[in-house]
Amino acid sequence: MDSLIILSLLLMMLVTVVLIIRSRNLFGVIVLGGVYSFLMATVLFALDAVDVAMTEASVGAGISTVLMLGALYLCRSEESKPLHQPWLALGISIALAAGLMFGMVGLPVFSDPNAAIHQQVVPRYLNDMPKEIDLPNVVTAVLASYRGYDTLGETTVVFTAGVGVIALLRRRRKGSGDDQ
Amino acid sequence: MTNDLILRIVARLLIPFILLFALYVQFHGDFGPGGGFQAGVIFAAGIIFHALIFGLSDARRVIPDRLIETMMAIGVLLYAGIGVGGMILGGNFLDYFVLDADSIHGQHRGIFWVELGVALTVCGVMLKIFYMFAARGSADD
Repeated sequence: MDSLIILSLLLMMLVTVVLIIRSRNLFGVIVLGGVYSFLMATVLFALDAVDVAMTEASVGAGISTVLMLGALYLCRSEESKPLHQPWLALGISIALAAGLMFGMVGLPVFSDPNAAIHQQVVPRYLNDMPKEIDLPNVVTAVLASYRGYDTLGETTVVFTAGVGVIALLRRRRKGSGDDQ
Repeated sequence: MTNDLILRIVARLLIPFILLFALYVQFHGDFGPGGGFQAGVIFAAGIIFHALIFGLSDARRVIPDRLIETMMAIGVLLYAGIGVGGMILGGNFLDYFVLDADSIHGQHRGIFWVELGVALTVCGVMLKIFYMFAARGSADD
């Protein structure tokens, strides 16, 4: 039943991607991008990755869509016809997809408890977390405590992204010297 | 869009619940799904919703640029400050168990403040990026 739901969601995502490729109306493309993100969030939810699903829904479908609409406000809403047929890009995309699919064959089966990634630190987190941190949500304990350095790095990356946008888009008013 | 009565009423009804949900995700992150990053994004989404319906200048009055830029920096400083606090109390950088006499309480305390730092930075950055993009659309800025 679970795999049926996930399969149908993935099929809907495929349809969305085809529609995005075919459409020349950029407003429609942005809305479809939001639909794609919501479908992705639902797939992650069905895979029991609720934390990631929440992030995907709020960032992918929410904030990104708003930012893209803001960008669309500054430009025309119809994509112009390409001057030449993008065969090279198509070839590279197909080759990359084929390479990734070939690599996927070598991956362990989904949720296989004997997979290599579940043999290293995961048993330690699951066994020792109740004694060491005692939080009901292991994800929070791993993110904030065991992997605190990584999360500090991620926060710094987000901060740097904000500073970069400020540096690029800030415009000083002439005369007053005050920035908006 | 700013004169659409239905949108204005619905926004007025929904925005308090969106902000409340962000706080729930923040403070319930230890027990259920969520945490600082998600809470920050949801809070920013609530404010962006407000800005979309009532206009950017209204949102700027609620949360001014200076406050947003301060939030961005305070979040990272809070996170790193907790790490340094652990060092002062005799542990390594980002050791939380030294923050309280009971090591599990110390962990909880550390995680609480660290998640708050993440939420502040993420919320500030999302809002700042939106403000910057939205301000480019209006010619008078």
